[in-house]
Amino acid sequence: MNKNIRNIRSNILNLSFKAKSSHIGSCLSIVEILVALYFNVLKKNDRFILSKGHAALALYCTLYEKKFISLKNLNSFGSNKTTLMNHVSHKVKGVEFSTGSLGHGLPISVGKALKFKTNKERNRVFVVISDGEINEGTTWESLMFASHHKLENLTIIIDYNKIQSMDFVDKVISIEPLKSKLLSFGCNVHEVNGHNIKSLKKILKKKNKNKPKVIIAHTTKGKGISFMENNNLWHYKNPNKNELDVGLKEINNRYA
Amino acid sequence: MRKLFIKELTKANKKKNIYLIINDLGFNVIEPFKDKFPDRIFNAGVSEQNMMGMAAGIASEKCNVFVYSIANFSTFRCAEQIRNDIDYHNLPVTIVSVGSGLGYGNLGYTHHALQDYALMRCFSNMIIMSPGNNNELVSIINYIRKNPQPSYLRLDKNDQIDKKFKKIKVEPGKIIKLVNGNSKKIILTTGNVQNLALKIRNKKFKNHSVYSMPIWGMKYKIKFRNLIKKFDEIITVEDHLHDGGFGSWIKECLVNTNIKTKIKSKFIKDSVINKVGSSDYLLNKYGPK
Repeated sequence: MNKNIRNIRSNILNLSFKAKSSHIGSCLSIVEILVALYFNVLKKNDRFILSKGHAALALYCTLYEKKFISLKNLNSFGSNKTTLMNHVSHKVKGVEFSTGSLGHGLPISVGKALKFKTNKERNRVFVVISDGEINEGTTWESLMFASHHKLENLTIIIDYNKIQSMDFVDKVISIEPLKSKLLSFGCNVHEVNGHNIKSLKKILKKKNKNKPKVIIAHTTKGKGISFMENNNLWHYKNPNKNELDVGLKEINNRYA
Repeated sequence: MRKLFIKELTKANKKKNIYLIINDLGFNVIEPFKDKFPDRIFNAGVSEQNMMGMAAGIASEKCNVFVYSIANFSTFRCAEQIRNDIDYHNLPVTIVSVGSGLGYGNLGYTHHALQDYALMRCFSNMIIMSPGNNNELVSIINYIRKNPQPSYLRLDKNDQIDKKFKKIKVEPGKIIKLVNGNSKKIILTTGNVQNLALKIRNKKFKNHSVYSMPIWGMKYKIKFRNLIKKFDEIITVEDHLHDGGFGSWIKECLVNTNIKTKIKSKFIKDSVINKVGSSDYLLNKYGPK
């Protein structure tokens, strides 16, 4: 698993450098969540939606690790003519739904889960949303609907990296007490270290009944590269050659 | 038209692949569908954005979804969900809006649908379906069942009863003759103002033919050019503002062409309507003349 994590993080770094793209921090915080899902949890008929579409590169690198897309395709990220844009595109093989504007992925997932439940199909729906998306009204509209209809086939993973676009979440609009808010909206709520594959697997596989499952995944924005961690500069900046080299070295050492 | 729409939709749902999502609206209208398909109808509550995203989610799993609401709620309130989730993904969601134009006259400006064409016709995959009578509505439902795609169905609030049902066939960009007259000069209307178009003809343009165009949209502009050039004059009649409306759409069809057809437009007065009144009163005061 370390190999996959290392490769994904290295590719995120390399391609951000090459394409001069932003949102590295947001990509690095969800690597373990994606690895746990794609390598351990998702079955053939399950659906996965990345609602925080700005972390598209993390998803593309994971899809490459899973051999959904070719290296040539992955390397086209952010260049002219490619469909691998900076926000998730359904035109990329293996991608379920395009996102980019926050607060869209959860309603889509609720629709899919509702369809499966109505038709007594066993497909499950997994969606990753960001902590910034908690600001969106649609998040709460969807939660109310999902819990009212007991969508137990829906798993919502909140990438709680504590930093949104401009500042720390706590300084922008505090979302705490998050767990009790989610509980009061009728969800089964779990908290987990979002960088611990073993814990993630355990919670993701845990049987779920009567309510949608919400996993608050405590993560670190920019995880894996010391100078990017917990620094919202890396929501915007792309690495220069020196930062790329230092970052790649750190990743190789950490995930050897 | 609301009850007829539900009746036809209930009839059409043979394979049960239709979902009807309502916006906490439709009392004494949607019941026939609910009685027959209780597991295919959901009330999204008062949450238009979640409703529209959810509709896209269901549609992405090979189902046809009809979202039923009042025109102002199911358009501007959830415009981005329509753009990103439905139109971008080209999903078979039909947005059914009741109360076209000034249909909810005395509910006030918040409930008037005067800019809805402008919004809905700027989406690449979206078609506008605006029936002017029950025959057109029945044919439209038949068309959209056979050709599911992003679509905006704009319905009159009133349940008018046509004297006689006549089977017709509607298609995108096709015009349907209502009154015979001059073959080169026509009045062309869309939606719920056919009677008004006929009145205008009888008052001012007695020799013009009158046609209706129930289905149109961005992707049919080029096809429609060929039809426009057959006429010397087209007078459009609609219950929408001129900006972004049907008449503007016709004019846009002619941009960068040498087609000489003269286009005139009749529309709702372009200002905020602060007065209250019945739809007939408001249409008479602010509508096309």
